[in-house]
Parts: sequence; structure tokens; C-alpha cells
Amino acid sequence: MRFDRRLITHFEWLLPLLALAVSGIGAMTVYSATYTPGAEGPAPFALRQLTWLAAGCAAMLAVLAFDYRRLEHSGFLIYALLLAAVLAVPVLGRVVSGSRRWLALGPVSIQPSEFMKLGLVIVLAQHFAATPGVRLGPREAVLPLVLTALPAAAILAQPDLGTVAVIGLVMLTMLVLGGVRLRWLGTLAAIVAVLAPLIWPHLKPYQQRRVLTFVNPDLDPLGAGYHVIQSKIAVGSGLVWGKGFLHGTQNQLNFLPEQHTDFIFSVFAEEWGFVGALVLLALYLALVLRGLVIASRARDRFGVLLALGVTAIVFWQAVVNLGMTTGLLPVVGITLPFFSYGGSSLLCLLAGIGLVMNVSMRRYFF
Amino acid sequence: MASRHVHVAPREVPAELQLRTATALAVAFVVFALIGARLWYLQVARGPEMRSLSENNRIRIVRVPAARGVVYDRHGEILIDNRPSFDVVFVPEDARDRRHVLRKLAGFLGEEEPRLHQTAHAPSKRPPYQGIVLRRDVDWDGVVALETHQLDLPGVSLQVGPRRYYPFGPLAAHLLGYVGEISISELADGTNGYRPGDLLGKAGLEKAWDAELRGEAGGQQVEVDALGRRVRVLEEEHDKPGGTLTLTLDRDLQETAERALGEADGALVALDPRNGEILAMVSHPAYDPNVFARGVRREEWRALVQDRKRPLNNRAVQGQFPPGSTFKVAVATGALEEGVVTPFTSVSCSGGIPYGNHFFRCWRKGGHGTMNIHSAVVQSCDVFFYQIGQRLGVDGIAEYARRLGLGLPTGIALEHEKGGTIPDTRWKRRRFNQPWFGGETLSVAIGQGYVTATPLQMANLAATLANGGTRYRPRYVKRVEAPDGSLREIEPDVVGEAHLKKSTIAQIQSAMRDVVMTDSGTGKKARVAGVTIAGKTGTSQVVAMGEDRKRSNLGAEATRDHAWFIAFAPVEAPEIAIGCIVEHAGAGGGAVAAPVVQQVLERYFTRDQGPAPPPAAQEVKVAAPVGSDREAHAVRPTAHHPL
Repeated sequence: MRFDRRLITHFEWLLPLLALAVSGIGAMTVYSATYTPGAEGPAPFALRQLTWLAAGCAAMLAVLAFDYRRLEHSGFLIYALLLAAVLAVPVLGRVVSGSRRWLALGPVSIQPSEFMKLGLVIVLAQHFAATPGVRLGPREAVLPLVLTALPAAAILAQPDLGTVAVIGLVMLTMLVLGGVRLRWLGTLAAIVAVLAPLIWPHLKPYQQRRVLTFVNPDLDPLGAGYHVIQSKIAVGSGLVWGKGFLHGTQNQLNFLPEQHTDFIFSVFAEEWGFVGALVLLALYLALVLRGLVIASRARDRFGVLLALGVTAIVFWQAVVNLGMTTGLLPVVGITLPFFSYGGSSLLCLLAGIGLVMNVSMRRYFF
Repeated sequence: MASRHVHVAPREVPAELQLRTATALAVAFVVFALIGARLWYLQVARGPEMRSLSENNRIRIVRVPAARGVVYDRHGEILIDNRPSFDVVFVPEDARDRRHVLRKLAGFLGEEEPRLHQTAHAPSKRPPYQGIVLRRDVDWDGVVALETHQLDLPGVSLQVGPRRYYPFGPLAAHLLGYVGEISISELADGTNGYRPGDLLGKAGLEKAWDAELRGEAGGQQVEVDALGRRVRVLEEEHDKPGGTLTLTLDRDLQETAERALGEADGALVALDPRNGEILAMVSHPAYDPNVFARGVRREEWRALVQDRKRPLNNRAVQGQFPPGSTFKVAVATGALEEGVVTPFTSVSCSGGIPYGNHFFRCWRKGGHGTMNIHSAVVQSCDVFFYQIGQRLGVDGIAEYARRLGLGLPTGIALEHEKGGTIPDTRWKRRRFNQPWFGGETLSVAIGQGYVTATPLQMANLAATLANGGTRYRPRYVKRVEAPDGSLREIEPDVVGEAHLKKSTIAQIQSAMRDVVMTDSGTGKKARVAGVTIAGKTGTSQVVAMGEDRKRSNLGAEATRDHAWFIAFAPVEAPEIAIGCIVEHAGAGGGAVAAPVVQQVLERYFTRDQGPAPPPAAQEVKVAAPVGSDREAHAVRPTAHHPL
């Protein structure tokens, strides 16, 4: 393949810069969240996060090297490989704090469910690109549902409710933006709404309780409810300008659960206040808007859906995580994209950004 | 690379989808605006309030430990209870000057200051602002002192919590066990749901039934002031008490057995041969579990652990002793089953037999004269068993010992149960990589040499012979009542059959009966008026055989023989089986152990229907077991009721 000068002239700058900005602030906050006053020596979490950031940049550039349309023919292969990895987790996986999500690959552990999100976007984009036009009926919607349900069930068993929620939301987004008739989606929602009350009495009391506390954490004042309160206090106590880097007291006293992953935004908002939180919010909004713009300018349906899917991952993860830490949404274990500690997630998101850049830069290629 | 097949013409994104994408854009805007508004609300509108709550961590969780389940004996008497205790809780983060506070506290409590420091700074996985229990069960003076000086003691508070209480002190201590604060290593090995500071069963049934007994801690979400004093309770979740256990243990019989064993070291297990229910389990020396409930002190713990008599060990299930002549019933069973002897086979005992270059003595120097299997069991003639042991061979002996439940743990739900040793040629090969020597069979035939068994195994062996060959898993819990009132009956558990001929059982039983009931028997001191009792005495040598004893430099007491007695009664319809060992008794089983068992049997058969059930018994629905006991007494032949 000859190098094409048009790749340079059409290089997508904005998207990767936004992503790197968020990742950088994220790594800094990981440092603060895992910082112990008085502790000497390097900060292992922050350093590892920076290493993954570098690996993620490499992955992003690697993804640019080939035309994204090549993926259109290998979507199912990629999907199958990733599904196999997800299914291997229960057998070969490593247990960390009660759930089995990681596969050990030599010195590093990876989380196949993170890669699965990207794989699902690719396979769904391929599916909708191959089906003509708009106003698709249930027949076109069944395959995406099945393709989503398989990994979702395996991930639910890990258990990782948060990732399942994101996968579901991303799939719904792609169904809508992929052209499935809204009427069919409405029917689907109606079926779920009818089935739920029928299943409810058959659940065990503890299962019912778990669902209820999930929806309303106040029912568990010593567990999830307490976490939400502490998170809200952390965010709120930042006031307008924040307590300053490394000075978040809620965080320093280990009061927040999972302060370097799921609740990292509380740490950030406590230290940087309303102003800092708004800046971060603006960066995420810009990322999402840029992703949507690139999608609408793409030259083919596959590109459109690819860009939309990746953008949907970023959007939903950010919204669910921010909603959770500010007490707007139920507590599910979801990380803040680009921001939370976690190598697999960062690597996949940056590779996803690479895909969107790829779509953007090749929009004039025919 | 330009024109690889492209499905859809470029830019041909339908207008409707363009519209949907534009809508998505608008949705993203709105959602982020909502989050922004939420941030404004939390950080600006309610910010100052949140800031003040964040200082000193004003909203805390105070855990309220659950009351552990109560444990009753079979007649509804309370064996383990809870009573309220005032615990001193210290939150180091609330105290500016910790040394100063602890010094003051030590003064009020009459406690040594270093000990408080030690407790306060012991390594733990305590989350910040979680209180440390410095001292459990403070007396009333202490409570008053702390209440009046609260302002001088920032970070110190009193908390009322349930404390474990064992009303009978050391009674059945080893079976009941004790509780203690969970250790870091116990927290680490995935004990689900436990948190630092939780109490956990550490031994006995407290450990084995911890999941049933522990309940679920509750807690309060409280708001505190800058000194750590609670301002108000925001949310509360009530604790759920643990489940209740009704044991098969008979408190009255247990007490009789404890008293009968007295100061002597040893163990006694009484169980029901019809179902494996433990009626009494004694292990001496014992300890007082109340010491652990109030928090064992370091010196007390060290004393218990370093005591050479090992009072923490449950000898009934962990002590492995050579069973001595009590083992002869297993050898006799094998000899009869295999046809090695008939009831009429006779052997002449002249006080010993030579084997190789060794002379194996009978315990009676002058010899027993002509013996058959019946009289050899009754008079415990060693020479007879040397002979038939050789005919049966060590592997034959081992086979029948195992059928009667020796050589493997019984499977009782108690920690660290031992299985004893039943040697055979394979075992010797594996263990020592040596062939079996014929002379060793002679030692094995009289329950010496490598043979060991636990008192529980020997009681279970008596029970198996009593009930005709069924091995039950010994169990001590009859019923579990969950906090929601649901009952779970623990059913008898048959673990195996000995597969013995009726004639063999009858002959062994009749021989064991005459051990007690005839004047030539070695166990006549176990007699109880009006009851036919079967038994077998045993005297086991502590230091291997003969000469070794003189060479050993153990203390005089440590080299004395153990006295054994196993029994079951009434022979016609057995309802109690007993295994008993008195360690280092210095005299034979008939002289020392049989009288101990006699007291237990006498209590069992002469009291009416056990002690009058206390009021609690009605509450616990025990109609069935009490009733069945009565029936059993009624069924017993009238001859046994001379009253």
C-alpha cells in the first residue's frame, strides 16, 4: 500500500487531542486517588496507567495504518475471537475483589469484556452496513440482539453488571441509529415491560432486594447508599474551586469505595471543584460531539456506524459513571472512560478513537 | 487500494438516519447539561453543607453486632446464651492526643496503659473512623466513670453489645467451643461477609455452626460532631440475630460425667447407639469459654497454649490413644466372622507365650488356664488373643477394626478430628517402607503397638456393636431454628454397615455383658442395679512395650498406663453407649475407668426422664424427642425398673 498524502492533509487532530487531554487528567487523578501522604517512592498505579496510555497511543496509530473498510469483512471473525476470550474468563480467569474478569497474558492481565465492547460495535456496524436503507424490521433487529446477548450473559456471570449495561445501551443506540424502525423498538420495550412484573414474584427475596437497592441505594444505608452519600459529599465539598490537588480529604481518608476506578470522578471534583468538573464535562461533550460530526460526514454506512458505536461507548460510560457518582443514577460498577484506572479499558478506548480517526481521514477516499 | 467493493454508494446515508444522528447530538447536549446542573447543585448550592459534612467525616457507619444464636441442650436448658456488655470503643481519628486519652482511660478502667496502646495499635484492616473495641464488658464503676468524664475522653464511647455467656462455665467446653475476634488471616481467606472486629466461632460448635449462629450485623448511619459524639441517627438497619441450636447433649448427664471424671485427665463420650446422638462429651482438663467471650488476655492465652496437658485440645476427638484390651472386641469379632475360632475353640493360658526371642506375657502372671473366646473376653486374657490374632493376621484384624469404625475419622462436625491408626502390612510398607513382622501382630491383637483410636471412635465402636452393626455419624445438633422460625431437623446419618453375622453380634454382646455382669468379669465395677450392662475394660501402655519403659526418662506420672472402659446398655435394647479413657490412671480400666462409666450409667438409668424440662423447653418445640425418650423408658423391660 502506497502512502497517501491525503492522510496527512486530512489528519484528524481534534479527537485524539481531546482523548489525550482527558487521559492525562485521568492519570493525574489516579495518582492523587492512590496517593498516601508521607509515602516515598514511585506511584505504582499512576505509572502503570501512563504505560497503558503509551500503549494505547501506539494502538491508536496502528489502527490508522489500514483502511477501516477492511474490518467490514472480518467483523464476525473478530467478534468470535473476542467472544471466545470472554467465555474463557470463567475457566482461566483471575478473581479480583469478588468477580472474575481478568485473563493473565504473561506479565499483564487483560479484561476481555473491554475488548468485547469494541468487537460488538464492529460486528453490529458490519451487520447494518450490509442491510439496506432504513426502516428495518424485527428480522434485522434479531441478529444484533443475539450477538449482544451472548457476551452479555457471560459478562453478567462474572459478575460485571456495569459492562453489561454499557453494552446494552450501545447496542440500543446502534439499533436506533442503524435504522431499525422505532415502532419495533417500542414493541420490544413493551414486551420487557410486560414480562418484568410476571418474573418479579418468582425471584428470591434476596434477589428482589438486590434489584431494589440497585434502583434505590437508600434501601441499603450501610452499603451502596453509604457510598453514594460519601461520593456526593466528596463532590459537593469541592465547592467552586476545589480543595486542591492531593488535598481531597474524603479521598485521602479512604472513604470512597473504588476511588481510583469507579468513583474517581468524586476525587477529581473534590480537588478541582465546580470549575474543574465543568472543564472535564466540556471535554467529554466535545469528544462526543466530534464523534457524531465525524459519523455524519463518513463516506459509507459502515463508517457512519463504526464512528457512532465508538462514540456511544464513550457517551454512555461517561454519563452512567457521572450520574452514579453524583447520585443521579444507580450504582453500577462502571469506569469513567479514558479517566479511570484500568489498562484494558484505556487501550480499547484509544484504539476506538483510532477507528473514528480512520473513518474521518478516509472520508474522501473512494 | 481505491475501489475495493463498497456496498453502499458514498455519502448515501439516508436522510432519516441523518435526522436521528442530529437528534442524538441534541440528546448528548441535554444530558451533559443535566449533569452540569447537578454539579452546580451539589458543589455550589449545597456545597458549604457538604463541605462541613466532609470535615472529620461527619457521617459514619456504626456497626451493631448481631446477637449470636442461643444453644439449648436436648431438654431445652440453655447452654450458651448472650448477655449485654458495655464495650469501650475508641476512634483514634477523633482524638487529637491519643497517648493522653489512653492514659486517662487506663486510669478510669484500672487497666495498664501499655495494654490499651497495644490493643489500639494492633495491626488490623480497620477502615478509618471505625471504632476499635479496647475493652469488652466493663463493670458498672467503669461505665459510670466513662460517662461522667466523656468530655475528657474524645474519641472514646461506650457501646452496648451482646456478649457470649456460658452459664455452666467449663461444662462441655470442648464441644461448645468459644468465640473470638476475627483475625487478619481469617479475614483474608475469603470468609464471606465478615468484617474487621467481628466475632467468629474459633472452636467447637461455635466454629462448626458459625454460619447458623452468627446472624447478620446491623448498623446505623450516624452524623457526629467535631468531637466524634453522635448528633443524630440518619438511617438504621436492624441486626438479625443468629439461629438457635438444640443439641442432642444432655446437660444433666454431661455434668454427671464431668464430675465422675473429676480431676483426672481423660475423656468420655456417651452416645445413643440408635442414631449417633451425642449425649455427653467430656474432655479434661477443660477451660472456661467465658474467658474468651470477654476477650482473652495475652497471659491467659499463653498459659492455655503452653500448658503441657493441652487443655484446649478436645481429647474426645483429637486424642489418639492405644485402645488396649478394649480393642479385643474388634479382634474377637473378626475371629468369629472369619471362622478362625468357634465359640468352642479353646486355648490354654499359662501366663504368656514365646514368640521369636521374645516372651509375650499375659496380664495375669499365673495364667488363666483354659480359655474360650467368651471367657477370654470376660477375663481379658492376652494369651488367647495373641493366638487368635496370629491366626487372623494383621490384615484381618485391620479389616474388622475398620468395619467397626476405627482408623478413619467418624465425621463428627468438630474441627481437627483425628482418625487414629489401624496398622496393616500396606500401612507399614507406606509409612516405614518395611515389611510387617509377625511379633507386631501380637501387640496389635491386644490393642497395643501401632494401634490408636480416639475416645469418640471407641464409643462409636461400642454403639456399633450394640445396634447390630450400623455405623452412624456422631452428631450433637438435633435441630436448627432459623431466625425466621423455620426448623431444620438434623437427621441420623448412617455412614456404613459392619456386615456382621447375627451370631457374631450375639456372642460378642454376651461376652461383653459377662464382663460386667459376672463376678469373674474385669468390668464388674460398672454395674448398676436393675440394668444389664455390657462393657470391656482396657489398660493401655503409654511407653511402647516392656523394657522401653525403664529406659525412658519421662516423669513417673507420664509413664503410667491409661485406663479404658467401653460400654453399652441395656443389653436387650441398647440406648446408651460409652467410651471412656482416664489418662495415666496407674491402674487398670476395670479399677479406674469402669467406676467413672458406672456413675454416668447410673445417672442415666435411675433418674426419671431426665431433669424436669425448664420453661424454655415448651417454647422450643421439643415434644417429639422428650416423648420418644419416655417411650423408650416404657419399652424397657420392667426388670430394669426396680423402683
